[in-house]
This record gives sequence, C-alpha cells and structure tokens, in this order.
Amino acid sequence: MAIPFVHRLTLLTGHYGTGKTEVAVNLALSLAAEGQRVMLADLDIVNPYFRSRERRELLEAAGIRLIATSQACTGADVPALPAELLALLEDRTARGVLDIGGDPSGARVLARWRPQILREDHQLVYLVNANRPEVRTPETAIAYLRAIEAVCGLTCTGLVNNTHLCRETAPEDIRRGAVLAEAVSRETGIPVLCHTAESRFAGQLENRPLFPMEIRMKKPWE
Amino acid sequence: MPKELWKGNEAIAEAAIRAGCDCFFGYPITPQSEVPEYMSVHLPAAGGVFVQSESEIAAINMVYGAAGSGMRVMTSSSSPGISLKQEGITYLAAAELPCVIVNCMRGGPGLGTIQPGQGDYYQATRGGGNGDYRTLVLAPSNIQETADFVQEAFGLADQYRNPVMIVCDGLIGQMMEPIEWREIPRRKLPPKDWAANGRRGRGHNNIINSLYMDPEACDALNRHLSAKYAEMERREVRWAEEACEDAEIILTAYGTPARIALTAIEALRARGVKAGLFRPVTLWPFPEAALRALAERGTVRGFLDVEMSSCGQMLDDVRLAVEGRKPIRYLGHAGGIIPTAEEMVQAAEALWKEAG
Repeated sequence: MAIPFVHRLTLLTGHYGTGKTEVAVNLALSLAAEGQRVMLADLDIVNPYFRSRERRELLEAAGIRLIATSQACTGADVPALPAELLALLEDRTARGVLDIGGDPSGARVLARWRPQILREDHQLVYLVNANRPEVRTPETAIAYLRAIEAVCGLTCTGLVNNTHLCRETAPEDIRRGAVLAEAVSRETGIPVLCHTAESRFAGQLENRPLFPMEIRMKKPWE
Repeated sequence: MPKELWKGNEAIAEAAIRAGCDCFFGYPITPQSEVPEYMSVHLPAAGGVFVQSESEIAAINMVYGAAGSGMRVMTSSSSPGISLKQEGITYLAAAELPCVIVNCMRGGPGLGTIQPGQGDYYQATRGGGNGDYRTLVLAPSNIQETADFVQEAFGLADQYRNPVMIVCDGLIGQMMEPIEWREIPRRKLPPKDWAANGRRGRGHNNIINSLYMDPEACDALNRHLSAKYAEMERREVRWAEEACEDAEIILTAYGTPARIALTAIEALRARGVKAGLFRPVTLWPFPEAALRALAERGTVRGFLDVEMSSCGQMLDDVRLAVEGRKPIRYLGHAGGIIPTAEEMVQAAEALWKEAG
C-alpha cells in the first residue's frame, strides 16, 4: 500500500508506551526508501530510554537526518529542545517525522513551535494501543487525545491503531485495537489512517489498511 | 485474564496498590519517576495516601511513621536517592518495621548516570546503613516478576517485621512488557499487635524505638534480629536455574544481564559450549548452597559472573559459594553500558577453552 501518512510533517503523539517511537523510525525508513528527503525529530523529553535517537546509525545509514538533543545529552533526560528543528520546519523539500514524548506532558514541546507548524502542511496523529490499560476504552483514549491537543494547541486529524503486545502480539490484539480506534473515530470524526503492525500480520486484518513495520526498537537480548 | 502491556515502573506502583499498600511516600528521580507519578493518581483513588515528600530522607522517615502505626507502606527511588534513605532503613530494621523499598538502579557512584546500573548490590545486601542488619532483597528480571514480587514483598515484610527491598535496574523500570495480573498466595500473617496506633484497650502503650542505651538490651535486640535473619536465610532463599543440568559453563547474573544471558547461553549451545544460567532471585539471602552444589559437579568447568558494575559486587557472593572449587571470570560494565550477548559468548567460550 502507499504510505498512509501524506502530509509533509507527521507529528506522532499518544499515551506512554503506545509505540510512537517504533512507528516514527519505521515511517522515516519507509519514506527514505521511497527516495524522499527525510528528517526525524526525536522530541521525547519525558522518557530516559528507548528513544529514536538510539537508532542514529540505522537512520543515518538510510540517509535520514536525525534531529535530537545535542550528542552530549543523548543519555540524559534534560528538557532541552534542539534548535536544529527549525531546519525541518523551514525546509519544504523535506519530509518530517516528529516523535513526541508520551501524554500531554510530552506533547507540550509542540506548543513551542505551534506558529511554525501551523504554516506548514502537517498532521497531528494520535496513536492508540488497546493493550495499554490507561487508554483501553474509547472514553479514556479520547480524554488523552483531547488533553494532548489542548497542551500543544494543534488539532488531531488522524488516528493510528498501533495495538501490540511486544513479541506476543496476535492478530486478535490488532483487531481489538481496530475496534477501539474505530470507536474513537466515530465519536470524534477523526479518520483512522491505518493499522501499524509487523509485516507478518499482512492479510489478517479483514482488509483494513496495514502499514507494515519491522521491529527496530529491540531490547538488549532480542 | 488477558495480558496487558505495562511499563515496569507503572507495574511496580499498580502491584503495590493491589497488595493493599496504604501509603506511598517518595520523591521523583530518573529512572523511577513513573512510580510516584502513577501512585499520585491511582493510590488516592484506591483510598490510600500519597505524599510527594520534600526529599528522599523525609520520605523514608514518613515510611517509619506509617509503618510504626501498622500501615502497609512503600517508598521508591533510584540509586542516589536510596543512598539518602540509608539512615531511615537502618532505623526501620532496628525498630522491626515492615515496609517495601524499591530501588530502580542507575549507574553510579555519586549522581552517576540515569542509564541502568547494578552498582548498589553491596548497599542492598550488606546493609547500606550502620549496624548489624539485613534487608530481604528480591531481584526481578522481567516485568511479570516485578509485578509478582512487589505484591509478595508486602507479605514478606509483614511476616518478618523487616524492610524488604525490590532491586531492579533502570531498564526494567523503563521497558514495556506484556504481563498478567494474578492472585499472589497470601501468607498467614501475625497480627500487628505491636503497632503504635492508639491504646485500643491494651494495658500498655506500644512504643516504636531503635535506641537502646543499655548495652545488654542492645545486645539482646541484636541477638533477636540475627535469629530472625537466620530464619529468613532458611526459609526465603530463591533462585532460578536455566539449562544447568548438563552445563559446563555457568553464567551467574540477575536482573537485565540475566535476560541477556539467556540469549547468550542459546548462542553458546549452538556453538557447542554447554552453557547454563544461575540466577539469584533473592540477592539476600543469597542462594549459596544451590550455587555450591553446582560448583561441586564434575561436569562444571567454571563460572562467568556478569553484572552492570565495574568490578563486580555479586561476584563476592559467587566466590563465597564456589569456595575456589572452580575458576570464576567476571564480565561487567558500569555507567549505563549494558553487557551484550556477544561479549558473554566470547568470555564464556574463552573460559570453556581455558578450563577444558
């Protein structure tokens, strides 16, 4: 399928642990594989580990420019934002993937660049993961979505079902997530852009659009 | 119950609530801040008390007060914060107050790094504060165990009237894994008839104290405590063995390095080296007899201890158990560097050849 993220800037938000970083890294790699100029901005200031900046080598080998807090702070959790992000906001020849930290507290970083983002062709995307206990119902998922919109001053125009259970993901998990995403969509009027899952699940989602991924954020024993 | 995806630190907090934790006192520090964050939202909703204290020292003293009045109480922190709590922990041990203390370890010494570490093994198992005391130390190596052990810890603490520590490294606190919530068998617990929670018709006041000016009385307290620790050593020691039955090389590790060691022993076996893993689950009491039994086996050529520590700390306990019967090698990093499966394979293979 064609990549279902079509705006110049894709801003990935959601509750902690919904899988934003995995989707961000995969999306950047897919766009680069199409021959596009891609920049990935790691704007996660709330998590100390498992951030897209840890995949610098992989991304740079694919020709993707990684924008993250300075090298000296890679292993820290300082709430500093990279000035380099302006390059991504101003260069209209590049596609941008923005990996945002979890929850409203993580999404707050976007407010800083709201005026610049609003001038660009952008999409605020909200990820759902039905296996995360705090966002497993449409009500709680929508509450987080609205709180994220409120802190960053941007409007969400796309939902993504990224329901997984790490290595134990089964098609039923993704289908359950699809039902959740569709319920959120009915309630909010925001379309479901796609279902993100490992490519091994292709053909198992009853014609729902799958954005195939390869797990890139592996744990040290995987 | 279907599995859910939990972050380690959230699971610690939720497990405590499920175990009937009444009070949580803590202060944020990476990489454990999600514990107080989760508690701040969910513990009051469950009828408990959450206080973000002004410091780690204040938190551990609030634990002393709440535990002394018979509440189920927990605090959590990460390495430098646990250092600050040591005075409170030795007071808790002396006054025989049950509580659960979580250390989500980062690299040290000093402020160190926020990346994962295991440099607090000595601190946890030797008593980081003054005096002769022990804390029972559980070391989970995945999120399921973390959720289970936190629930069990409250029962252990109440049974022995002693602080129980959950020691995990930052990676376990920060990573996400599928877990299921299951009923943890409840221990038969003695009544808290010692708690300072009002007179309640008793003929005397209950007093919580760790000051014994009379040497005889202080010696008697120490004898009583050491008898209790001996009982914990007899009854509560736990470990896990993986592929040790025919192993020639045995890796010893806990927490995250033990997870990586599982990958390493598979790779070693594929290369013709029969490797196994010995994983202490209680760091104190250390499973000394079980490890010694492996050292006595003729088929075992040697041990490779792996830790996220510069020169090895659990290594001392491995040596005490092996007592020179077999060679022991050490592999470790500090400062947030996680040993890789490849390094383990290389070191184990070298030892296998050397000791062949």
